[in-house]
Amino acid sequence: MDLTLKVWRQDGPGKPGEFREYEAKGISPDSSFLEMLDVVNERLVEAGDVPIEFDHDCREGICGTCGVMINGHPHGDQKGTATCQLHMRKFNDGDRIVIEPWRATGMPVMRDLIVDRSPLDRIIEAGGYISVNTGGAPDANLIPVPKPAAESSMDAAACIGCAACIAACPNSAGQLFTSAKLAHLNLLPQGQPERYARTIAMVETMEEFFGSCTNHGECEEACPKSISIDNIALMNRDYIVAKFKDRRKAGQR
Amino acid sequence: MTTTGRRQDTKPARRVPWIIEFYRSDVAKKWIMALSGVILLGYIAAHMLGNMKVYFGPEEINHYGEALRELGGDLVPKTHLLWIMRIGLTAAFAIHIHAAYSLTRTNLKARGRVRYDVPREYLAANYASRTMRWSGVIVLFFVLFHLADLTWGTTNPDFIRGDVYNNLIASFERVPVAALYIVANLALGLHILHGVWSLFQSVGANNEVYNKWRRYLAWGFTAVIVLGNLSFPIAVQLGIIS
Ligand code: HEM
Ligand code: SF4
Ligand code: FES
Repeated sequence: MDLTLKVWRQDGPGKPGEFREYEAKGISPDSSFLEMLDVVNERLVEAGDVPIEFDHDCREGICGTCGVMINGHPHGDQKGTATCQLHMRKFNDGDRIVIEPWRATGMPVMRDLIVDRSPLDRIIEAGGYISVNTGGAPDANLIPVPKPAAESSMDAAACIGCAACIAACPNSAGQLFTSAKLAHLNLLPQGQPERYARTIAMVETMEEFFGSCTNHGECEEACPKSISIDNIALMNRDYIVAKFKDRRKAGQR
Repeated sequence: MTTTGRRQDTKPARRVPWIIEFYRSDVAKKWIMALSGVILLGYIAAHMLGNMKVYFGPEEINHYGEALRELGGDLVPKTHLLWIMRIGLTAAFAIHIHAAYSLTRTNLKARGRVRYDVPREYLAANYASRTMRWSGVIVLFFVLFHLADLTWGTTNPDFIRGDVYNNLIASFERVPVAALYIVANLALGLHILHGVWSLFQSVGANNEVYNKWRRYLAWGFTAVIVLGNLSFPIAVQLGIIS
């Protein structure tokens, strides 16, 4: 199939960028979106041009690096998948495809389609872990975990940190990502000792970079893992509870 | 470590009282917006219901106006309880607006100036949720006009202090005022349509058991308030009450 691409090109952080058009002829409908970009890049290199830079790693929807805005849809117009899981058969011959990087002040463009997603790491560092003593592995089932809690925690843990939620949000808010990382730990017994300290630390780190949620729900639609905004409500409640709780007594300061 | 994108406005410079530190957080601001929103919602419901008395004639509504001043009966001096309510309401209104202003600034900054080339096709956000700022500002200006028109009487030449019935008719007989009232109430309707649903999310009251009722509640509450409020100018214009 023959396509026209309109791609954002930018030389480096803070540099001015612009859209450039590329003809992508003879693309196989069986190729994935990233493979299509690979083909285009090979041709660019052959022609002595600079290839289009984009983030990617696993190419199977688990690493979260590949997100781009495709025709105004984060990860493309296919629900519940990452950019790398999108196939060219979803497009029509002759289509014009606009490819843009995520846009938010908190994650500026580094180059072409690559944005700086390191604020997400800062949020995780603030509390997205549990403290354990090292040593021999504990016995299985030593800590009873109710099956539903394990399931909801697992649903939240499916977040791959792609930042599509932030890119989709009219407020560039980081609520869906942060709440998924919080729910993942706060719903489990192992997460309880640090629950409130973690919530405060991660929420406040998030607020250093991103906007504030107005409950549009766009993030849930954009998320390749269909993470639910119910997690945001849980995060809001935990944050308020944490603020009013006497956390000193539980050593959660 | 890259700190290019870090927002500069949230790092507390020094220890401040708990309540101020609390209010610095966006999540806390939204919680306070939800609480002040509930107070305002309670008020608009009571206001609409009370005004229904206009359909029972001048004595009823004028007596209602008097009763508001005597709220608390013999327990408190006349108008004191009314003033406490007025102050509380004004405070809720002010804090709601301050939080709205502050969060709007935060969000505009967080979003930056660059827009996507292809306009976003919103899948979940609706007209009501995307116009909260506009509907809120319309409501603000309307409330100021409304007070000037029906409480202070400054914009109403036929205003007679204490004669609620007369003032209401004199106000709504003017077509532009009736039209303004209708437009403002539709804006209020949009505001609370998203607000009533959204406030549950902000306070973390989210439960599979009642989640779908949040939408029904928002629609039901909005419908009752808007229809009730719209009935007044329409009734005056049609001469049903005069
Ligand atoms: C009778 C008057 C009003 C009522 C009943 C009301 C009610 C509400 C409610 C229930 C919410 C949802 C809060 C949440 O999601 O937690 C809300 C949000 C909001 N209100 Fe109001 N409001 C009123 C007046 C105003 C005014 C005068 C303004 C601005 C000038 C305003 C601006 C906003 C904004 C911008 C939001 C969205 C905030 C956000 O999600 O970040 N409101 N309102
Ligand atoms: S919540 Fe969804 S959209 Fe947001 S970072 Fe995680 S996987 Fe990506
Ligand atoms: S490349 Fe890993 S999620 Fe797409």
